[in-house]
Amino acid sequence: MDPVISVRDLWKVFGPKASQVVGSDELRALSRSELMDRTGSVAAVRGVDFEVAPGEMFVVMGLSGSGKSTLVRCLTRLVEPTAGAITFEGENILKVDAKRLRELRRNKFSMVFQHFGLLPHRTVADNVGYGLEIRGVPRAKRGERSREVIDLVGLTGYEKSYPDQLSGGMQQRVGLARALAGDPDVLFFDEPFSALDPLIRRDMQSEVIRLHREVGKTMVFITHDLSEALKLGDRILIMRDGKVVQIGTGDELVGAPADDYVRDFVRDVPRPDVLTLKWIMRPPRPGDDLDGPELAPETVVREAVRGVLGTGKPVKVVRDGELLGVVADEEILGVVAGEA
Amino acid sequence: MVAVAAPGQPPRLLQHKKALVLGGIVLAWVVLWVALRNVGTLPLGASELTPLHRWINDVNDAVGASRNSSPVFLYFFNEIRLVIDEFVTFVQALIAQPSFGRPVPVVGWLGVVAIAGFVSLAAAGWRIALLAVAGFVFLGLQGLWQESMDTLSLTLSAVVISLLFGIPLGIWAGLSDRAHRVTTPVLDFMQTMPTFVYLAPLTLFFLIGPASATIATLIYAAPPAIRLTAHAIRSVPRTTVEASESLGATRKQTLVKVLLPSARKTIVLGVNQTIMAALSMVTIAALIDAPGLGKTVVKALQTLDVGTAFNAGLAIVVLAIVLDRVTTAATERRGLPRWALFGGLGVTGVCVYLSHTYLWAAEFRTDVEIGSSITRGATAVTEWAQDSLPVLTYGFKDFVTFALINPLQALLAESPWFLVALVVVALSFLVGGLRPAIVSAVCLGLLVATGLWQDAMITLASTLVATIMVMVLGVVVGVWTGRSRRADRVVRPVLDAAQVMPAFVYLVPFLALFSASRFTAIIAAVVFAAPVAIKIIADGVRAVSPAAVEASTALGSSSWQTIAKVQLPMARGALTLAANQGLVYVLSMVVVGGLVGAGALGYDVVAGFSQGQLYGKGLAAGVAIVVLGVMLDRLTRAAARRWTN
Repeated sequence: MDPVISVRDLWKVFGPKASQVVGSDELRALSRSELMDRTGSVAAVRGVDFEVAPGEMFVVMGLSGSGKSTLVRCLTRLVEPTAGAITFEGENILKVDAKRLRELRRNKFSMVFQHFGLLPHRTVADNVGYGLEIRGVPRAKRGERSREVIDLVGLTGYEKSYPDQLSGGMQQRVGLARALAGDPDVLFFDEPFSALDPLIRRDMQSEVIRLHREVGKTMVFITHDLSEALKLGDRILIMRDGKVVQIGTGDELVGAPADDYVRDFVRDVPRPDVLTLKWIMRPPRPGDDLDGPELAPETVVREAVRGVLGTGKPVKVVRDGELLGVVADEEILGVVAGEA
Repeated sequence: MVAVAAPGQPPRLLQHKKALVLGGIVLAWVVLWVALRNVGTLPLGASELTPLHRWINDVNDAVGASRNSSPVFLYFFNEIRLVIDEFVTFVQALIAQPSFGRPVPVVGWLGVVAIAGFVSLAAAGWRIALLAVAGFVFLGLQGLWQESMDTLSLTLSAVVISLLFGIPLGIWAGLSDRAHRVTTPVLDFMQTMPTFVYLAPLTLFFLIGPASATIATLIYAAPPAIRLTAHAIRSVPRTTVEASESLGATRKQTLVKVLLPSARKTIVLGVNQTIMAALSMVTIAALIDAPGLGKTVVKALQTLDVGTAFNAGLAIVVLAIVLDRVTTAATERRGLPRWALFGGLGVTGVCVYLSHTYLWAAEFRTDVEIGSSITRGATAVTEWAQDSLPVLTYGFKDFVTFALINPLQALLAESPWFLVALVVVALSFLVGGLRPAIVSAVCLGLLVATGLWQDAMITLASTLVATIMVMVLGVVVGVWTGRSRRADRVVRPVLDAAQVMPAFVYLVPFLALFSASRFTAIIAAVVFAAPVAIKIIADGVRAVSPAAVEASTALGSSSWQTIAKVQLPMARGALTLAANQGLVYVLSMVVVGGLVGAGALGYDVVAGFSQGQLYGKGLAAGVAIVVLGVMLDRLTRAAARRWTN
């Protein structure tokens, strides 16, 4: 399947000599702080490549200052990239003119912001309908569509409220509804839940998972919270100092970290929740009792614990009838005890 | 321990040394003053002129002669004057002056009161509307209806023109960084320049009268509208703008649907400040023959008729309160029921019609006129105060005069000019470095060139005394209100009110208490400048991190120790800003002070307005005030930079 978004060698340099930096191989190779000293420019995004598949929930994770927020703004050209290519449904959006870009923003993608970005002088319904209003959708139709998405995000009854009368979580639901109102192909989330309380955050994460399942849209989600990334992401891109460190599924990051940085990151992840059997299975040894239960390699360790420890026999890891390996007590205990 | 203490030592030694050098300079100055007293002080008698002053007079005459022949005048200045004059005259014809062959204005008092009430009702609600109606009726009862309406017409005309230019400019400066960079210094200049200074040059081009008054008011009143509009647009959260852009809004859509509605409240605040500034300036513009209440006050001040000045001053205060309350309340959005809106409109229409048709509703005639009672009462109180309070008031006055003003003035004005110049340049170098020293040297040179050196020194002495008093007040009240929420709740409205009042009004009560003298002018300047300083210091004290204060308290500091060792040192940025602003505000009162016996530059400017042969001297005095202002402003800023880093 063709990717919805494909990003090639994307650069964003802030500062006086931005294009010069990107044009020079020597300057490209410098670290961020060296570049700052040499040219006074800040390279926020440095040579990023990735692709997002249709319907995928793609998470970009990094600490503050890693360039992730700049990256997502580059994707919609809220920040103008310095160099590279971004292909959206086959069209390089760095080449399109202002008019076409506006069309894309109006119809194809929309964004949810960390600090909501709601209009304080408008009611919830008018905030949600804002995107339709600037497209020129008539008032009656706007109201209808607003009601639909307000219902979808669970805010029915608050249409006439103003943003400052709502809690943070509810305000972000308005932001979410506003992004959904235009029925875009892709939704961008810029750390949408960082400003919320932990409990509310958990609710909202479940809400996004539910929406993702219901509306099936492609989503690009920015976060600095690893557990959020693991919970939501089909695939996760880890960024550091503007560069991609690793792209992979949650269990790939935990099972095969690309370097010490990622390893350090995932150290405290509850491994049985993330690792799957394929990461801990071993080849069958002579003397293994091979008539135990069969499980798929994508099964999370936690779900296999009972099966393995209960039967007293090794579990066979099987895909399409082929025996890939076995998992016995010691492997399971190794993960649970945090040794693997 | 040693390693930690070592880097801290050199600056402290340096500071110590600096203080010694400073003391040395002052000591040397005093010694030389004793030796060289009254040598080279460059005095100039009240009616004496220098060649520069005569030359300016000649220029003035030449300009006057070419007013109806030179194309610059015919096609530029005169055109502007005519348009503005027409506009002001039109507004005056509506509400203030007999017009269109009628013995009364188009809309009489009943109509104006009704309109004021209705506008207040729509913009600010019932209570404010009642206040507006009561205020306007009170103006009539004071016997000052026509004067008040003249002042109102001039204010409104200037405000309309200010906003016509100001709001679009502000939007532009809010959207474009380049426009912002260009307008900021211009606005700074317009706002820091003492108001009287541009009155004289304006009369050169636009004659005395309403046009010059309106233009002067424009210059003074437009900056807040421009600034606050730009500020409001700039402070709309970045995310909100991004959200709008990310949804595909055009620039215009984002401006109209996001920026302007979000900025509405602050923009209305800017309109409020513009109105208040305009009212303040319109009264001051009485000096160049602007009609209205200001003229009544000026005339009364010149004859030291405190009662009449008080009555007219009170009218200005009433007008200020009404305008301020209405526009402040207008920042909050409120819906008015439709029936009230249409009902109000109907009643207003009827009132306007009545006041247009019947004399009783047009001319404010009443048997319960209270203006003369107010005048008599104020005069009686003044006489009583001057007769029975001299121990208190004159004791205070004499103390400040002999302990502060006289010594400082003697030192500044009776030293040879080169000695003062040398001391000031040396101090500038010590306090700020090379650049401030150069600026000071240039400014001092200009002061000598204006031919008004001694007057400038006398004004400088008064200014410094006033600034010291402002700072004492500022620190005491500022720390108090900064530390106590309750004090803040009491004091802040008083400060707000004091800042809203036109500068003139301050003079009246102090004139009553202290009669005409330098001291009276100084006190008026202090009262004018203190609110700003108090607010800045209070905000500075409040901005000190609560953690630092808590830590200090936890270590067992007393309140005094916390103030002296934590809050004031951490608020020193605010302290220097307060000193700087205090100076600027005090200087802007110099000319007003000239009306009540401040003498020196203030008197020169005032005399320049009223006597043709002193025009040049007055203009030079205006320039001297600006030069003093620039010098002191740069110096305090440089000192602030050094001190806060």
